[in-house]
Amino acid sequence: MAPPAVTPASPSVAHGKRFLIAWIVLSAIATPLVAIFLGPAIPPGNDSVQASEQVFSNTVMVSISTPVCVFVLLFLLYVFASFRSRGSALVDGPPIRGDARIQLIWMVVTSATVLFLAGFGTYELLKSGSGGGQGPNAAFQPAGYKRALDVQVIGQQWEFTYRYPTYGGVEVPHLVLPADTLIRLHVTSLDAIHSFWAYQLGVKADANPGVDNIVYVETKGPLQFDIHCAELCGLWHGYMFDTGHVVGASTFAAWIKRQQSYFEPVMRYLPPYATNYLPDPSRRAG
Amino acid sequence: MSAVAVEVRPPLWRRLIGFNALTAVVFGIGGYYLGWFIGHHINGASVAYLGVGGIDQNDLSVFLGYFLGVAGFLIGMGFGVYPWARLRGYPPSLREKEQQGVGRYFGLCTDHKVVGIQYLCGIGLFFFIGGLNAMLIRVELLSPARQVFPAGQYLTLVGMHGTMMMGIMSSAILGPFANYFVPLMIGARRMAFPRIESLTFWLLMAGGAILTTTIFFGGFPTGWTGYQPLNDQANTGMDSYIVFFALVGISMCLLGLNMIATIVTMRAPGLTWSRLPIFCWGVLSTAVLQLLAAPVLIAVLGMAMLDRTAQTTFFIPSGGGSPYLYQNLFWVFGHPEVYILALPGFAIVLELLPVFARKPLWGYRLAVAGMLGVTLLSWLVWQHHLFMSGINSNLRPFYMLSTELISIPTGFTFLCGLMTLWRGQIRFTVPMLFCLAWFFNFLIGGLSGVFLSDVPSDVTTHGSFFSMAHFHYTIMGGLVFTFFAAIYYWIPKMTGFQLNERLGKIHFWVMFIAFNSTFAPLFAAGFLGQARRDVTYPAHLQFINDWVSISAFVLGASMLVFLYNFVHSLLFARIKAPVNPWSSLSIEWQLPSPVPVHNFDQIPVFTSDPYGYGEPSRPSALPAASPAGGSS
Amino acid sequence: MSRTGAKILGVATGVAVAGILIGFYIAGYLVGNTPAFRPTVQGSSASPTVHLTIETVAAVGPTLAPHPDWVSYLVRNNSGRWERSTVFTLPAHATIRVTIYNFDGASGLRNPLFGRPTGLVGPELVDGKPLVVMPPDQPSHTFAVPALGVLVPLAPVADNAKNTCGYAPCLLSMAHRTMTFVFRTGKKGHYRWQCFVPCAAGFMYGFGGPMQTIGYMDGFLNVV
Repeated sequence: MAPPAVTPASPSVAHGKRFLIAWIVLSAIATPLVAIFLGPAIPPGNDSVQASEQVFSNTVMVSISTPVCVFVLLFLLYVFASFRSRGSALVDGPPIRGDARIQLIWMVVTSATVLFLAGFGTYELLKSGSGGGQGPNAAFQPAGYKRALDVQVIGQQWEFTYRYPTYGGVEVPHLVLPADTLIRLHVTSLDAIHSFWAYQLGVKADANPGVDNIVYVETKGPLQFDIHCAELCGLWHGYMFDTGHVVGASTFAAWIKRQQSYFEPVMRYLPPYATNYLPDPSRRAG
Repeated sequence: MSAVAVEVRPPLWRRLIGFNALTAVVFGIGGYYLGWFIGHHINGASVAYLGVGGIDQNDLSVFLGYFLGVAGFLIGMGFGVYPWARLRGYPPSLREKEQQGVGRYFGLCTDHKVVGIQYLCGIGLFFFIGGLNAMLIRVELLSPARQVFPAGQYLTLVGMHGTMMMGIMSSAILGPFANYFVPLMIGARRMAFPRIESLTFWLLMAGGAILTTTIFFGGFPTGWTGYQPLNDQANTGMDSYIVFFALVGISMCLLGLNMIATIVTMRAPGLTWSRLPIFCWGVLSTAVLQLLAAPVLIAVLGMAMLDRTAQTTFFIPSGGGSPYLYQNLFWVFGHPEVYILALPGFAIVLELLPVFARKPLWGYRLAVAGMLGVTLLSWLVWQHHLFMSGINSNLRPFYMLSTELISIPTGFTFLCGLMTLWRGQIRFTVPMLFCLAWFFNFLIGGLSGVFLSDVPSDVTTHGSFFSMAHFHYTIMGGLVFTFFAAIYYWIPKMTGFQLNERLGKIHFWVMFIAFNSTFAPLFAAGFLGQARRDVTYPAHLQFINDWVSISAFVLGASMLVFLYNFVHSLLFARIKAPVNPWSSLSIEWQLPSPVPVHNFDQIPVFTSDPYGYGEPSRPSALPAASPAGGSS
Repeated sequence: MSRTGAKILGVATGVAVAGILIGFYIAGYLVGNTPAFRPTVQGSSASPTVHLTIETVAAVGPTLAPHPDWVSYLVRNNSGRWERSTVFTLPAHATIRVTIYNFDGASGLRNPLFGRPTGLVGPELVDGKPLVVMPPDQPSHTFAVPALGVLVPLAPVADNAKNTCGYAPCLLSMAHRTMTFVFRTGKKGHYRWQCFVPCAAGFMYGFGGPMQTIGYMDGFLNVV
């Protein structure tokens, strides 16, 4: 068998230049559009300071992704259009085995992008932890964290309950938070691992038994928000949802007073407020 | 095939007696009941305590049953024969049971080509069971609140789908294709450890069967991660999960060991590291991950087993343990596991692109560096699965950085693949289409991964359908698509028959469109607040979910197109494939189809890598070799 | 012909066997469905009223496979027999008058908050006396519908009581406590209800087995 014909080593058209120009033009059009229209529309919205930070992060992420996405898709389309084998005869492409310059440029560009993303993420994280659970020794404290309102979230199979240590340690089955307040949530669990996800507030923190998982969130105006469990916790995981409220200061004061009086009879049975509780497990066959 | 020496074969019933799959199943069931019986006697006290007669929660019996069942299965398969013979002083031998006939596919066979085909069929079987689970999940999610399956059974469905796919598909490329083609590509006549090679396959099958039996024990509620303490709390169905994953771990570990030993020690003369086909590099990287990651999994499952049976408290906080220990150990295995699934996809894509672009692989060294870089970095990122867990918040910037660093070596793979296409002579064959789809799928999967690696963006996406869509894009889009590319590419060599190209193209297009139509909307569903593994979801997401469900059913139907093509082409149409239908320069295509038992009459000598397309000398990959079975 | 015929036969057999196995497989996931119990509705359609009579037993007993030693709720069906169903079909915006006979001993709560009844119309009556709060070492079980805010702790049979009921069926002549209360169903939907007392003996945190199986300590209110 004779070896197939080979395409010439130097092309008649400057494919590389053509592709790069097309990519730059398309990216220059698409990226601002994505940054202005798509990015801010990505949830969770602007209902808390942390949620707004996340929207900003999402905007940056999706904007940086755009030129990458355009590059690969445009490359594939260009290649399909220009370099498909025509005719039935087998023809070999030019035997190019690499190009040190392209490799170097690629490495520098991808490394720079990645380092920028990591740096940007760290910068965002440093402000307040961005609404993620930080564990007992929170590394990222927001300004004025000492004055934050403590609220404990207790996960158990299969309901979240809430304790307000600054209001006599009253425990209630529904979450209500005051508006325009920095809040420190202490998320813990009595049994399996749950995850406290307050969607509109941009808060997610796993509830581990025996662990005090701290999240900072700064509320804005009055709001009704959805609470979900986001970590598989057994049979009713899918039903472990609730609605929480952010209300004005006076409404909050009235609400907490009603709760204190309704749950007053059970107060003497509640354990003293602690950052975590370790109820004895009843072992099997016991 | 030519008529070789005609043997006088004993009657069928006589051939069924002996060490084979039938005996193995009988021994396996016998072993299970023996273990179950022993367990009941060890736990005699609890039998009396529970009084009324039902012993639902006797984990010890179930574990002993499974262990003795697996032991019986392996003995019935004949894995005890050789060690026993050696103990009695018989001389060592490397090969056994390499006779012709269908029977060799149902037993211990040390021919790597038989094991490859066994793997392909076995993995296919469990892939379809896992896929069926996915279909049932989508049936349930057609409605936001109405229950088709009871809440607990739904969790079992989700767990079965995840566990089956993660466990079985870890060997999807290495099992069938690396076992079959690595020895051919490196010019060897066998794998380094042929008996262990067969063992890995039968362990995987025993595991798959055990996981399927979980339904008799009440299923398991934990999903594929098996987090503690839910794991400890679960019914005896959890034991099936533990034994399954441990068997998969052992199988994976041995498979990796075998691959490393084979590639390192058995390369033919002239096959230097820089001439090794890129597929072998991908297999080698994956094998390193398998060998090192699987033991961690086996250990953590052993601890979970002790917690469930011997009442230790490795993972129980009030007993001094920690659920974080489980999460850490699981993801130390779990993140490399993700690359165990993804890396073979890289390898297939880079191996096939030169053939269909008719160009040498662009940037061979960079491609190798990319794979090795992923192998190394995948050990340093596991805590990004625990960003919301409250563990080590001060280490978050590090894990954010290390996770994002992985996109650099992954980018090498992209660059090498894309530049191989550049100015090529691209032929859009079915395997090529599947490889090209990989670029699109992995691009979306990779870019969505950037959101998950960034802690602020991860708050909403973590544990939601966004992350679920992300890993389906990388694993289904990255592994399953290349798995099919490999099937369409290599089946003519493995069987000697062609698959129908037209049906292959229908399969590809339906699968590609339905796949994207299934998983792209789930990114939106996740961002809009749908949590993973939830049997319910907010009512306003019903349209998205119904759209996704219907797309998923179409995706499932595309698999039936493939199945029809496979059965019809290989059983009925039986059109003989040319020896080298793709005009590939790789050595396996220079051998006759199917490949003779001993591969090569004479070990080849390599003078270059197999990517010399368009080069003037075009050195043949095997100047000194003449394949067994004469000329082609 | 014969060769092709044999192959077609083989493939057809394979497809049939696979179909049967898939059928069994799917059926295996469906068997956990307990049949819904639909109590008779009284009163006008504008303000419907439903009487539910429920008992809780320490074990369902040897006649009720597959888990004879599991703790469970039973409901009195319309023909007066105790039935192991925890899925109740109820009308929307209805008044539900519930009587629960508890034959089980004390288990104790992990979160004492659940000793305080909530979400009821009027008080919870234990043996006819209104209950304010139940100490955490007392409750045997709770009847809780979190989405409706309903939570009712069930008082236990005393440890030294005579004539206790070991397993179902339990007669009202045996030692028991009686809880009566009234709650209102909201709008249409599927509301889960569950027990919050870690009462599953032998399971981690007392929350496995019957506590995670519909038909024992968990169920649905299908409000239609």
